[in-house]
Amino acid sequence: MPGTHIPQRMPIAPTTVLNARALERTVARMADQIVEQSDGSENLVLVGIQRRGVQLADRIAQVITQREGAAVPRGALDITLYRDDLQTVGPRPIVGKTVIPCAIDGKTVCIVDDVLYTGRTIRAALDELADFGRPARIMLAVLVDRGGRELPIHADVVGRTIDVPIRGRVDVLVSELDGRDEVTMVIAGEES
Amino acid sequence: MSAPLGKDLLGLEHLSAEQITLILDTAEPLREISERAIKKVPTLRGATVVNLFFEASTRTRISFEFAEKRMSADTVNVATSASSVTKGETLVDTAKNLEAMKIDMVVIRHASSGAARFLAERIESNVINAGDGTHEHPTQGLLDMLTLRRHFGTLTGKRVCIVGDVLHSRVARSNIWGLTKLGAEVAVCGPRSLLPTAISEFGVQVFDRVEQAIEWADALNVLRLQLERMTAGYIPSLREYNRVFGVTRERLERAPRDLVIMHPGPMNRGVEIDSEVADGPHSVILEQVTNGVAVRMAVLYLLAGNAPALAEAAKGGDR
Amino acid sequence: MTEHRDVLLKGGRLLDPSSNRDGVGDLLIRDGKVEALGGVIAAPDGADIVDCAGQVVSPGFIDVHCHLREPGREDVETILTGARAAAAGGFTAVCAMPNTDPVTDNQAAVGFVLKQGSAAQAARVYPIGAISIGQNGERLAEFGEMVHAGAVAVSDDGRPVVSAQLMRTALEYARTFGIPVADHCEEPTLAAGGAMHEGFVSARLGLKGIPAEAEEIMAIRDILLARLTGGHVHLCHMSTKGSVELIRWGKDRGITVTAEACPHHLSLTDAEVEGYDTNAKMNPPLRTAADVEAVQQAVKDGTIDVIATDHAPHHNDDKQREFSEAPNGIVGLETALAVNVTWLVKSGILSLGTLVERMACAPARLFGLPGGTLRRGTAADITVFDPAQAWTVDPNGFRTKGRNTPYGGRILHGRVGCTLVDGRIVYQKMG
Repeated sequence: MPGTHIPQRMPIAPTTVLNARALERTVARMADQIVEQSDGSENLVLVGIQRRGVQLADRIAQVITQREGAAVPRGALDITLYRDDLQTVGPRPIVGKTVIPCAIDGKTVCIVDDVLYTGRTIRAALDELADFGRPARIMLAVLVDRGGRELPIHADVVGRTIDVPIRGRVDVLVSELDGRDEVTMVIAGEES
Repeated sequence: MSAPLGKDLLGLEHLSAEQITLILDTAEPLREISERAIKKVPTLRGATVVNLFFEASTRTRISFEFAEKRMSADTVNVATSASSVTKGETLVDTAKNLEAMKIDMVVIRHASSGAARFLAERIESNVINAGDGTHEHPTQGLLDMLTLRRHFGTLTGKRVCIVGDVLHSRVARSNIWGLTKLGAEVAVCGPRSLLPTAISEFGVQVFDRVEQAIEWADALNVLRLQLERMTAGYIPSLREYNRVFGVTRERLERAPRDLVIMHPGPMNRGVEIDSEVADGPHSVILEQVTNGVAVRMAVLYLLAGNAPALAEAAKGGDR
Repeated sequence: MTEHRDVLLKGGRLLDPSSNRDGVGDLLIRDGKVEALGGVIAAPDGADIVDCAGQVVSPGFIDVHCHLREPGREDVETILTGARAAAAGGFTAVCAMPNTDPVTDNQAAVGFVLKQGSAAQAARVYPIGAISIGQNGERLAEFGEMVHAGAVAVSDDGRPVVSAQLMRTALEYARTFGIPVADHCEEPTLAAGGAMHEGFVSARLGLKGIPAEAEEIMAIRDILLARLTGGHVHLCHMSTKGSVELIRWGKDRGITVTAEACPHHLSLTDAEVEGYDTNAKMNPPLRTAADVEAVQQAVKDGTIDVIATDHAPHHNDDKQREFSEAPNGIVGLETALAVNVTWLVKSGILSLGTLVERMACAPARLFGLPGGTLRRGTAADITVFDPAQAWTVDPNGFRTKGRNTPYGGRILHGRVGCTLVDGRIVYQKMG
């Protein structure tokens, strides 16, 4: 089972979906599932999507190292240049760092991202990874799946599935960038 | 900030420090693309870029071409001899023809100062100045700054001396504008016959002897001295230029600190710079070339697509 | 090289404007340097004693403009004969113009002149390098190489620098080396074919004249270019009233323009040409009385910074020709002091101190040369002369090979008694 489905009423103010402790537990469980689904960590490479996917990938790697006793190679992927909406997105998004630490041919690459929504980010990430090599398998692990897919993209490991209306948003905050660990949800028009 | 640089990149004189920093910050991560096995990102797929070079240039044109191709753009090279310009077609008509062919971007190098702006005012495509007369060469200035910034960590307070024929150098002008905007201290050094009379109004120090420049600077940007300067009578001979102004190992040995040595290329070995220096441990000349491709990719990226802002789509990330 | 001897100059009037000194006293030279001066000095054992009573002891004169003809016309003068003539005239140093054959436009030629001057063991010889290769007015000479080899300035004298662009570039390029650019101011199309000053005398004599404006146009051009470039322009042999007014204009505006005048332009007018004497033919030519007076006043007030000779020996055969065909130039090293004393000091226009300033101190200062001072510890380049002594100018007695002087047979006042360079006597008057 990918995760716990919690039916939500429509909140009118930003609400906490996961607090720091809950987030930590969820991340730990995701790490276990990734190891389980990849048949062990020997061939595994975690690649976090800029920006918060990178921090999540770091934490997952730490858990795996604790549990399995082995270091997992971690990379970061910035998909800005591969977006399919660059012409319409407005302000030129700043391009972040892409670092792929090792050859990925034949490896199991697990993409890690914070929120899965339309699936276009992951589509871009798959295109970019293809330019780096040919993994034996690519998996996807996301902290939050909010539905609303526009492409046939599917996450193998999900932290929490949350139904969010179109005008709503889910934000993942990490202490490294935002000062605290939290997942919040808000309906657009009340608070941004 | 839907078009952070505006429609064109014509020079650095009228860019703000923020805009210049944006280009450098964008270029940094783009360097990595040239290290991949597949040196390509799909960002400019379907965009058409014309390299309109009215002045012969191998290195700049190749650098732009790599940048364009690595962004997956379609490129067309137009060199003077092959184009209809030699049949007497004016720059205006060239511009209109390009526009009629729905070109997205034009990279232009021309022997007349102001030619890039002339073109930019007449076509809707983005125009990138790859060197216009003795006016500006903005991408060279930017790659020089990126190279220095990477080396020192910052440009603020760094002392950069441009050595050579500043009078005829668009590279010098772009460097002066860009570096001073980002807080560096800039000086020039050369024979007075090759410095503009009003040089002090550029906000730079002037050194008459290269020894003084070496004493003062953190970095030297050594300009190519062209043979034409001798035949036109600005200096008596290339040999004397090397003896008086040449950046030689002996002179650098007396420097109080390790100087970074830059050169926009192509070099006249043994004239403005000795081989030992150009190939030596303090030279960052090859890094400049690497950074050149990244800077040009960044410029293409930041100029491409002038759609108005869609705030919602932009914020929060469309996942 | 002979050893340095101790020399005591006894009882002369020590006149050194550079240190505000003017008073009778002794001067002791040891090891080629001024060891002590003023008051009574005891002579060390073995010292040569020169009795200077009634004479003036001043810093050695420096001539920033002369033509020594070597290489190329050794029949007319050599660096040796020229240096000796200079010493006889009280000059401890001269600057040799580069219009030799071949032209002194490269480091090897500069080195040659320096070497010959050194071998002469008389007045010091400082080479001036050419501005353009071959003095052709087209391509810049290698200033750096020439300065490195010993050149102290650059000039195309003999000829004007016709191209303003070349003059501009020369002034800019010379800044790197801190040397002056000396120009012979003559607008060639106005001056073409002229043999003397254009005025009433030339009209009467039927000789084509050179108008004052030919000089003035180039003078103001050079002054403006000095303003544009920030360089140092030195205007050679200024001869007209208009020129000195323009120099004054330039100096008032802080432009780095310096100027020289020659003794003949401070003493003689175009009236000398009556009789078609080619010894009165030089370039720029002798002008009118009003011009002479204006140039004299300019020397007095400092608008003209230095007096230089433009010593230009010619072979008698060359000068003995129809006036319009004869070459320009007169010798001047051995008559300069006397002409200046007679026309400027005795007439009350200049004090002797000012004359010494214009002949010794200013030349050193403006061209960055050592000398021009009697300060303790400096090299003993000294002139001992009697400003009152009258003598008759006899060209046949000159040490210069040239005999072309307009002063032959005249009685002038001011005679050099003794000239010392580096503490060695390089000239001493007989008797």
